[in-house]
Amino acid sequence: MAKVPLSRIAHGRSGDKGNHANVAVIAYTDAGFAWLSKHLTAEVVAAYFAPLGATRVERFEAANVRGLNFVLYDALAGGASRSLRTDTQGKTLALALLQMEIDEPDNKEL
Amino acid sequence: MDRVRIGNGCGFWGDNLDAPARLARTGRLHYLTLEYLAELTMSILALIKAKDANAGYATDFIDVLHSLAPTLREQPHLKIVTNAGGMNPHACARAAQAALAKAGLTKRIAVVSGDDLYPRLDELFAAGHALNHLDNGAPLSTIRDKVVSANAYLGAKPIAEALKLGAEIVITGRVADASLTVGPAAHEFGWGFGESDLDRLAAGTVAGHLIECGAQATGGLWVNADATTRLEDVGYPIAEIAADGTFTVSKPANTGGAVNVETVAEQLLYEVGDPARYFTPDVVADFTTVKLSQLGADVVGVTGGTANGLTDTYKVSVSYRDGFASAGTLVITGPNAVAKARASGAIILEKLKAAGFAFAHSYVEVIGAGDVVPGVLPKAEPPSVSFDPATRPFSAGRAGSNETDFPKEVVMRVAVRDPRKAAVERFTKEFAPLVTSGFAGTTGYTVGRPPVREVFAYWPALIAKSAVAPKVEVL
Repeated sequence: MAKVPLSRIAHGRSGDKGNHANVAVIAYTDAGFAWLSKHLTAEVVAAYFAPLGATRVERFEAANVRGLNFVLYDALAGGASRSLRTDTQGKTLALALLQMEIDEPDNKEL
Repeated sequence: MDRVRIGNGCGFWGDNLDAPARLARTGRLHYLTLEYLAELTMSILALIKAKDANAGYATDFIDVLHSLAPTLREQPHLKIVTNAGGMNPHACARAAQAALAKAGLTKRIAVVSGDDLYPRLDELFAAGHALNHLDNGAPLSTIRDKVVSANAYLGAKPIAEALKLGAEIVITGRVADASLTVGPAAHEFGWGFGESDLDRLAAGTVAGHLIECGAQATGGLWVNADATTRLEDVGYPIAEIAADGTFTVSKPANTGGAVNVETVAEQLLYEVGDPARYFTPDVVADFTTVKLSQLGADVVGVTGGTANGLTDTYKVSVSYRDGFASAGTLVITGPNAVAKARASGAIILEKLKAAGFAFAHSYVEVIGAGDVVPGVLPKAEPPSVSFDPATRPFSAGRAGSNETDFPKEVVMRVAVRDPRKAAVERFTKEFAPLVTSGFAGTTGYTVGRPPVREVFAYWPALIAKSAVAPKVEVL
């Protein structure tokens, strides 16, 4: 099956709350949101970001904007001030997730 | 007033200095809000205040006031609400007054304080307010001697009170960012802060949340921005709020950027946990009931946004000393830039170890090789080539094998954190030597030794509202 990046069907933004990161993924269409709801589970996102060392990942829905919001607990290596990473605030995580390779959805309306 | 126009010209301390004046000049605003305080800004301001009783506020605000003077003269009814007061809102107000006087202006300035809990910590502990860490439950007393600042996030109520007293400029310490917008709306429309007005407060909170980060609502960070978005001329956001809490998000005419359902939806979920429960001192807002619609070019209509209750606590942001840190960089060019950069980082840490400095925390990043989101994105190196310096030679010369010239060059960044300041200072002296003793292709040591900074860790907590007394004073 052909692979496409998640960015084909969704956009998003990420940021921080202390040592936790939030990554919002927002589908362009209703069909895209249905795809996200089914496939982009907390487990899938946790596995994708596993190298960051999050202790757990929680998924929240904001269907009103076709959005899923993932909270990655303890994912920022200490967060602002403490973290030794360049991206102490998780600013780049949304684009990283949008680069995830997914099986090209069958539904051409996405 | 039918609809109140509130524009936010500053999303954080460090934001564009010209944005507030540009926004106010053409935004047809009733209120200009300016937000300066990130989570850990207060720790820095607390230390500044400890050295100088007349300092400890966001000094950028005074520069911004100078730039706003012509607009304030042309628009005598424009009001300003800002948390620039930081750790010293009274000193900020005095400086603002002086800056205005210099420009020939007189404004009624109000100060909102009472957020600073640091002088009251022992009294609060004694009264049973343990300020337990929100995530792990540890009581604040365990790090009492390291605490630098402790501030409650106040809400919109004291801001509305200040405006009712006739304030034209309201300067606060720590308040919830969205409350900078909710305060003026509540004042203009007579919203109360009890059960009957919670939905309106929630809608106002959505408006405040959407504009609090400045250009992030108007094209900044938008995933689909490109050169045609004209971010070089980005307009800052305006919320035009009606008495029932419905509002539009827009930006001044003839500016760059974009306001559409994508930019607004991205910002709606920015730095949010559970979108059905966005906690503020004013209300728990439910963002999942918000409806967005494109009403015109760069105008998004926002309806919905309902209350999900009200808490009897304020959030408290505590900062405490947590050692010292520094990060330095060198540029390494190819061939084999990535491998040489990783080895260079290892050399720096090895040399320090040999000199007797092993660090509590150290980290090597190769920027350009995918390390900014470590381990997540596909590697920049072709996967078939091993760059393990232990098993493969990687020199740029004749002995090199498996050479690659991709990426052409990278930035090697090494960072350490340690309780010992002297050890971190020693670390900063280990970059320059590699310009002569490192690998061929090492450059970029132009800014001198990297600075050592004190680390302030963040300790979130809650406190009963009854233990905190917001104070409003008109100068």
